[in-house]
Amino acid sequence: MLSLIVFLPIIAGLIILAVPSSQKQIIRIVSLLAALAQGVLAVLIWRGYDPALPGITAGPGGSPLGSFQFVEKIPWISLHLGGFGSLNIEYFLGVDGISVTMVILTALISAIGVLSSWTIQKQVKGYFILYNLLASAMMGCFVALDFFLFYVFWEIMLLPMYFLIGIWGGPNREYAAIKFFLYTLFGSVFMLLVMIGLYFSVLDPVTGNHTFSLVAMATQSNYIKDAILGPDNVFWRYVAFIVLFIGFAIKVPMFPFHTWLPDAHVEAPTPISVILAGVLLKLGTYGMIRINFPLFPEVFQAGMYVIGIFGAINIIYGAFCALAQKDLKKMVAYSSISHMGYVLLGLSAGNSEGMVGALYQMFNHGTITAMLFLLVGVIYDRAHTRQIEKFGGLASYMPVYAAVVTVAWFASLGLPGLSGFISEAFVFVGAFSSVTTRYIAMVSVLGIVFGAAYLLWSLQRMFLGQRRQDAAYDLVVGEDGHEHIHFHDWNGKLDLDGRELAMLVPLVLITIFLGIYPMPVLGMITTSINKLVQVLSPVVMSQM
Amino acid sequence: MFELPSGAEIQGIIATLKASVGFFIPEIYLSLLFMLLIVIDLVAKGRKNNLLSITTLVGLAGSLFFIYQQHTMAAGEFFFGMYVLDEFALFFKYFFVVSGMLAVIVTMADEQFDTEVKSIGEYYALIVSMVIGMIMMASSADLLMIFLSMELVSFTAYILTGYFKRNARSSEAALKYLVYGAVSSGLMVYGFSLIYGLTAQTNLIKISSELATHGYDPLVMIFSTLLVLAGFGYKIGAVPFHFWSPDVYEGAPTPITAYLSVASKAAGIALLMRFFYIAVPHGGRPYEDILGIDWLSLLILISIASMIYGNVVALWQKNVKRLLAYSSIAHAGYLLLGIIVMDKLGTQATLFYLLSYFLMNFGAFHVVILIANKTGSENLDDYRGLGRRMPLAGAALTVFLISLVGLPPTFGFIGKLMIFSALLAKGSIYIWLALIGIMTSVISLYYYMLIPLNMYLRESTQHDDKEMSTGMPAQILMAVLMILTIYFGLFFAPLSDFAQYSSAMFGITLH
Repeated sequence: MLSLIVFLPIIAGLIILAVPSSQKQIIRIVSLLAALAQGVLAVLIWRGYDPALPGITAGPGGSPLGSFQFVEKIPWISLHLGGFGSLNIEYFLGVDGISVTMVILTALISAIGVLSSWTIQKQVKGYFILYNLLASAMMGCFVALDFFLFYVFWEIMLLPMYFLIGIWGGPNREYAAIKFFLYTLFGSVFMLLVMIGLYFSVLDPVTGNHTFSLVAMATQSNYIKDAILGPDNVFWRYVAFIVLFIGFAIKVPMFPFHTWLPDAHVEAPTPISVILAGVLLKLGTYGMIRINFPLFPEVFQAGMYVIGIFGAINIIYGAFCALAQKDLKKMVAYSSISHMGYVLLGLSAGNSEGMVGALYQMFNHGTITAMLFLLVGVIYDRAHTRQIEKFGGLASYMPVYAAVVTVAWFASLGLPGLSGFISEAFVFVGAFSSVTTRYIAMVSVLGIVFGAAYLLWSLQRMFLGQRRQDAAYDLVVGEDGHEHIHFHDWNGKLDLDGRELAMLVPLVLITIFLGIYPMPVLGMITTSINKLVQVLSPVVMSQM
Repeated sequence: MFELPSGAEIQGIIATLKASVGFFIPEIYLSLLFMLLIVIDLVAKGRKNNLLSITTLVGLAGSLFFIYQQHTMAAGEFFFGMYVLDEFALFFKYFFVVSGMLAVIVTMADEQFDTEVKSIGEYYALIVSMVIGMIMMASSADLLMIFLSMELVSFTAYILTGYFKRNARSSEAALKYLVYGAVSSGLMVYGFSLIYGLTAQTNLIKISSELATHGYDPLVMIFSTLLVLAGFGYKIGAVPFHFWSPDVYEGAPTPITAYLSVASKAAGIALLMRFFYIAVPHGGRPYEDILGIDWLSLLILISIASMIYGNVVALWQKNVKRLLAYSSIAHAGYLLLGIIVMDKLGTQATLFYLLSYFLMNFGAFHVVILIANKTGSENLDDYRGLGRRMPLAGAALTVFLISLVGLPPTFGFIGKLMIFSALLAKGSIYIWLALIGIMTSVISLYYYMLIPLNMYLRESTQHDDKEMSTGMPAQILMAVLMILTIYFGLFFAPLSDFAQYSSAMFGITLH
């Protein structure tokens, strides 16, 4: 099941490879079918998922079964290394409460991304091959439980992303693409060293061999005491934690490693921005939850407040930057940075409330930000500009669009009744109840105020009032005597068309539904988060 | 005065030679092939030169059979301790023969040979002679043999580099290569003479035991090691003995560039490993109290300098061949990392890395040749828009370059993984070396990606978007190399096991 959901897009990509490049529609439909099939599988996984099993560490007897679900574990590579017995790499997939939410999110965003890619006209074949490769790699990252496999998927994401930004991006795309590539590679190469170090430090309790299994690595008693990353080597464990954290933080992106993100977003085409904000950023925090924290719990305990401070900086700094933007897309990009700060803050609390909030925020941010970028794309397609000052009074001429924008904007600022509110509330409850992060949380609350400021301000300037003098569109009086809006070089529907509605309506519904009744997601993640908190708690560590 | 040997002694010598010949069959076979090629060239002058290339290809493939037969023979020295047959040597025999074959295939694809030279002449014979020389380099067990085989390789390499006689760059490259080569050979021989002075032996194993039993002056030892390193470092193109390589790589015919950058480097690595592992001991009994550590620090310095210099200077290159030349300097640095570890895992990692380097570098140069066939240029700017005009070539080159950076799922990634595993398996002492290696490979991403950047992200200057075909055989070879690069990135166990099997020298395994 998991293999299928991971490799479906790649299969679609191979089919596309055989389709002549003039058959654009077939290429799009093949991709859409793969994405929809992925969605069906995601629903099946969601329905079949048993929320009672905890995940994170191995179940009874050191086996991942009984803890993880939909497990697939096949020996992949087994080779002999001089002096170290054999190197065993497993094809090891499985989900727990943390990854299952991300799998569903990924399937959802991938499908919406395909729909959003319908407007791509340049080199359609190459575009969808790369897109499908990216979709597979993202999904693979969320279900891989072998560090080596995770790393392979993690790195495979980079190249398609580079080309997707670099070929189909805006005017400054070369710079943005290579900046993205270098930044993320810089983070991940250190992960490679940590991965090798962990391999030499951990023994699989069942087979007695060294292992790349993240499940075995999450149990501290599996470490060899004097190995390079064993419990005795405190210095290197701290170093390993920090470099891993930086590697993931670059992806989040956390201040001060965030500068690639606004560039990438501004240059990337809409669907790629959606994927980037909706899924890729989550991989950073997912990596922290899955790898960074449970493998080095004592370092996490020592560094909680630092993570919290960086979270707070992200929240406030991101919001300030967003306030200063003239480009709507750049504003949304910085709002992403700000909202990922809540995830970091929630994680740094180290308690169930905070971590549940963080994970829920990851899901909600995925859906809400995807919406924001899609909406930016809608107006950019029509007006060919994203400057906030070039708009005004849009609400009267594009009422449906304005309504969706309002929902998305309010969800983003955390209005009660929409999903963003619940996750942010959980994050703050968690952060306040933890002694270490209490004061950090107090400062971070300011971020909500600034967040409201830039969102409401942009809403007001673009949608309320009258058309401005230098607006990016004209007003014409139609046959019915009413004023209509007219965009240059745009022959499509003025308000949202069917395809755009098909992308946006599901997201709007999810946002509203999960704002009123969050249990479908919370129910899935709570057991795993409780287990994670237990793994991270100092009490358990002192018992070892 | 020398006394003439007695009859019995002569009988003994002849008996040893006879016994040794049995271990020397692949080399004899290749020498015959060499002569055959010259004869064919003389007889078939003026006719289609495909005859020569096919004969070379088939002939080289035939030698694989004789090499394969040697697996059953016991490892050991013969020809009076001049020559050795062991798993390590066998690995390199395969390596050189296959790289010779690829060089021939790539030459056949290169259209520059049709315009630059009237008749291909002894070109293929020289390639075979270089294969022989390199095989002998990897099998030498004696300082004299090392020198002779190295000179054989060098001389053929000089001629091959300057093969485009009317091309000024090619001639310039050959001359530079010759001058640098002469100097470093001289230095190396001086180093050998010092070692001989210390030990009165030329056989590597005897040198080693002599050093262990009688001790030595550390100053002389480090000085002679440095001199010897000049010779080997020149062959592998490591800093600070790299000055020839950018010019030679740029000026030489591209198949020769590919051949030199892979095979000649591998031969240097083979010699380096054999010499330093066996002759100059380090650590472990019975050498514990010997200051063998010095050559190790020299190697560490050279390795770091190569990684940093090669990767940083490559950033400014505008010519693809020159860019790959600097990258090959950096790869020499990565290869040295595996040698520095000085254990079985390190040897295995180095050999494995060589295999991956072999595949991806040959692949990259092959595509460079095909592109040059069509565009007549190796400048980065002329790669603009090629991704659309030559889709397969663009995709293949991207895969090879990604592999050279060391990103999964490619062969090059596993190579780097093995090297860094070998470093980290030693505990925390080499972590900083691994850190330098990994940081420089991030730098390398930038310049390698310049090529796909030009191919895909930039539009062609001439508004000619027609697809250009490179010919079926070349396309197939390219596709096969590309698929292998990815395949071995996912399923590398057999090659890794082969590398481990091959890490045994003189029947001794390091631990």
